[in-house]
Amino acid sequence: MKATQRAAFPHIRTVGLSGLIVSFADRLSEPHNRAALAFREAVTRAAIDGIAETSTSLASVFVRFDPDVVSHAKLTEALQTLLAVEDWSDVSLPSGRRLWKVPTVYGTDLAPQLSEAADLAGMSEENAIEALGTSRVRVLTIGFAPGQPYLGPLGAEWNIPRQTELTPKVPQGALVLAVSQFVLFADVSPTGWRHVGQTAFRTYRPEAAEPFALRPGDEMLFFPVTKAELQRRQYNDPEFGGAYMENID
Amino acid sequence: MRGLKVLKSSPSMTLQDQGRLGFLGNGVSRGGAADMRALAEGAALLGQSADLAALEIAGVGGSFEVTGDVRIALTGAPMSAVVDDQPIAWNSSHQLRAGQVLEIGTALKGVYGYLHLGGGIKGKDTLGSIAIHLAAGLGARTREGDLLSAGPDRGTQTGLCLPLDQRFEGGEIRIVESFQSGLFTSETRARFAETVFHRGARANRMGVEICSEGAGFAARDQLNILSEVIVPGDVQMTGDGRPFVLMRESQTTGGYPRIGSVLPCDLNKVAQAGLGSPIRFKWIALTAALEIERRHAKECQTLGAQCAPLRRDPADIPDLLSYQLIGGVISADQDPFS
Repeated sequence: MKATQRAAFPHIRTVGLSGLIVSFADRLSEPHNRAALAFREAVTRAAIDGIAETSTSLASVFVRFDPDVVSHAKLTEALQTLLAVEDWSDVSLPSGRRLWKVPTVYGTDLAPQLSEAADLAGMSEENAIEALGTSRVRVLTIGFAPGQPYLGPLGAEWNIPRQTELTPKVPQGALVLAVSQFVLFADVSPTGWRHVGQTAFRTYRPEAAEPFALRPGDEMLFFPVTKAELQRRQYNDPEFGGAYMENID
Repeated sequence: MRGLKVLKSSPSMTLQDQGRLGFLGNGVSRGGAADMRALAEGAALLGQSADLAALEIAGVGGSFEVTGDVRIALTGAPMSAVVDDQPIAWNSSHQLRAGQVLEIGTALKGVYGYLHLGGGIKGKDTLGSIAIHLAAGLGARTREGDLLSAGPDRGTQTGLCLPLDQRFEGGEIRIVESFQSGLFTSETRARFAETVFHRGARANRMGVEICSEGAGFAARDQLNILSEVIVPGDVQMTGDGRPFVLMRESQTTGGYPRIGSVLPCDLNKVAQAGLGSPIRFKWIALTAALEIERRHAKECQTLGAQCAPLRRDPADIPDLLSYQLIGGVISADQDPFS
């Protein structure tokens, strides 16, 4: 199996009975995430017959299709042709991206695993807040739950493993950390990631006309505030907890 | 209103249809009926589209007052069902009249029973489907006092039945290799297919726990792999190498490695396996799996031809004991052996 794992990227593999995944890397890096975002755009533009939908993960593009319309072999060939068009980790990000600045309480009883995460990263809690609170991260992908972003990449010092045991419950707006990424929880959820920050930002509002706040490629900054400050902002802005948005370009 | 009023609900009744496709990129999984074959059976019995919504009932039913004449069909996990205290057959269609009360009891085997109405059950369309997706916050469970309103019904026929198949007691589950299978050694994959599992206590519309004695089935570097797309049927290994089959309402991406993916047609069987049911996995090549899936889809589309008139044969009556077969002869005061 070593041969498969070390196969040259990008490569294409099957997913279940009616999916293909185009992987640009087996670990997260900024160029590989950019490649995934750009290649998905290209697949959409190519409008290949039989493709039902596409999505991106951190460094891969998933294509769901109807094998009765286009065979695995034919679609693999079409995707390979498209891959050969350019170096996908060297293309620019799609335009129309936004930067969200989100008030965040780090640590305290609201986010009890900050000190644990700081220990694993080999720094004090204070330095951890300084580092995380000034890290501008990209929405690498949306997934796991509706509208829920995976964010990063954070520095290599934050490449800390998931917990073996699940935390039974973190609240909506929880900022959790593992493997050099944040996840900002869309809803109450169990998680194997460490709960380092708490926001009042709702990434998913099923009742709204535009239910999904974030798009892949958007950026976020989780700046530190006190518990009292977060509560005040949440009271004034129950939707986004006092976050504000700027256009990037 | 043609339809039913819920007089008594159980903790887990939801409207379901084929689910919503096309929102993976927004983190919304397909959802829809846990047992898609049961939707096809209901559609065949009522002579209507399998895209219409039905009430999915997990484990135990409730009681329903008929507010206006309506055709119904009952499919999926067989449950006891009575109308005005008269038992009615499962996997069958029936005509109900205004004022009658339908009571659905506990599943005799399997997990998910389905109550279909002629014309389908009306519901709020969100993101292209009326399927309740609790994990995505779309819609709510059906509760006491709710109205199940029937859509326009062009059919008239009732009194049909379909044979009950074998998908309610676990058994062999066919599985294909998927993109992360290579993270598991070939020994682990072989052992996975040799192990006799049983369905664990943690099971819902998102995932089903599969238990076995002995060593787990961990991948190498289990805790540090990238989060990747999930498709329904994926068999995920948690941190300690214990399998969960991810169902249609699972999350859309996840970082726990998946050893393979269950064929969609066998996912119905996983959903319907009751607590403790034996489960064995069998690896199938992709081309064979596609052929099996094609055959299953065709069978679902042609179920109408298998529908037969319901006879009042004792063998068709699911709850024979509730009939007073020799009413009045036996009483508690009498020694039946005298």
